[in-house]
Amino acid sequence: MESIFPALYILAAASFILAIKWMSSPSTARRGVIIGEIGMLLAVVGTLLRAEVVSYQWIFIAFLIGSAIGVPIAYYMPMTAVPQRTAFSHACGALAAALIGAAEYYRQMPHGVVMIALIVEMLLGFLTFTASMMAFGKLQEVLPQRPITYRGQNFVNLGIFILAVIVGIALILSPERTWLFPIFAVLSLVFGVLLIIPIGGADMPTVIALLNSYAGLSASAMGFAFDNKLLIVAGALDGSSGFILAVIMCKAMNRSFSNVLFGAFGTIQTTT
Amino acid sequence: MSSYEIALWVFMLAAFLGFELIRRVSPLLHTPLMSLTNAISAIAVVGAILITGAKEATLLTRVLGFTAVVLSTINVVSGYLITDRMLKMFKKRGAEKK
Repeated sequence: MESIFPALYILAAASFILAIKWMSSPSTARRGVIIGEIGMLLAVVGTLLRAEVVSYQWIFIAFLIGSAIGVPIAYYMPMTAVPQRTAFSHACGALAAALIGAAEYYRQMPHGVVMIALIVEMLLGFLTFTASMMAFGKLQEVLPQRPITYRGQNFVNLGIFILAVIVGIALILSPERTWLFPIFAVLSLVFGVLLIIPIGGADMPTVIALLNSYAGLSASAMGFAFDNKLLIVAGALDGSSGFILAVIMCKAMNRSFSNVLFGAFGTIQTTT
Repeated sequence: MSSYEIALWVFMLAAFLGFELIRRVSPLLHTPLMSLTNAISAIAVVGAILITGAKEATLLTRVLGFTAVVLSTINVVSGYLITDRMLKMFKKRGAEKK
């Protein structure tokens, strides 16, 4: 049993590569989705077969609850609501990645490379979670669509981000300082919110593609922490393809990429 | 070569592969592709299973892991289903044109 999971993982990684390849042409796109589903199935089965996994009941209950929520979301959402649906499902995935990082941190308080990987994973996971929820809110028109800007916004954002990184580095240097951990989590969550506030509703699809890229990188970092090559490959594929997709979408819609990346910074400069 | 060094090589090669695969995507498929990469990023479910199913799991890690499995399952299921639904719509539209 133990020797079968590396083979399943390699097949899963190959399936994801084919899925993205086939997805880039209309004639093979359907095939791309199917092979992607097969890849995910192989990854899950391969993981369930691993010797480390000993208790199954909670996992299966979680699968059932997740499907019970995920299927209605996919079928009852109007097609016009696809971008916000993606944003929502994205928020779920990113929060999952961040929670896994937190669980792993509390489980073994790792040092060195593993801790660096966990901090990167959680930083990206938490900020993608709140940023995706903000994107969802803006697209669903729960939140105001227009960009909200104020003087010195970029300095505040950058300041929060640097602060989160500093706390993260402090945690990497001595993981035993558990009181720093909630501070790190809150700073990352707040940064996600601030990141989306200055971006207008029209740019949201591009932002979601970019957030996709962050979630992919978060999964990749998780792969470094767990020494799991499948996570690294799938995450890196997602990270780079999400990023380049965001760039392509910007070009197609005639928007400046740095504007989307750094919010309304550019527009402030042009109006003053 | 240490395990982390191999991991970095794998990361670098996969990142460039993702780059190349997407470069010539048809504009028609931007949204489905976004949805598909969203579904693939739910690969985090692997880590969630490992945490939840572990032998020495404490209550805290099990609760966190359980929540993570639920959340990433939502991401997987809705990600793939909505991509499929979107593409079905394309097909219909194509048939009507003919």
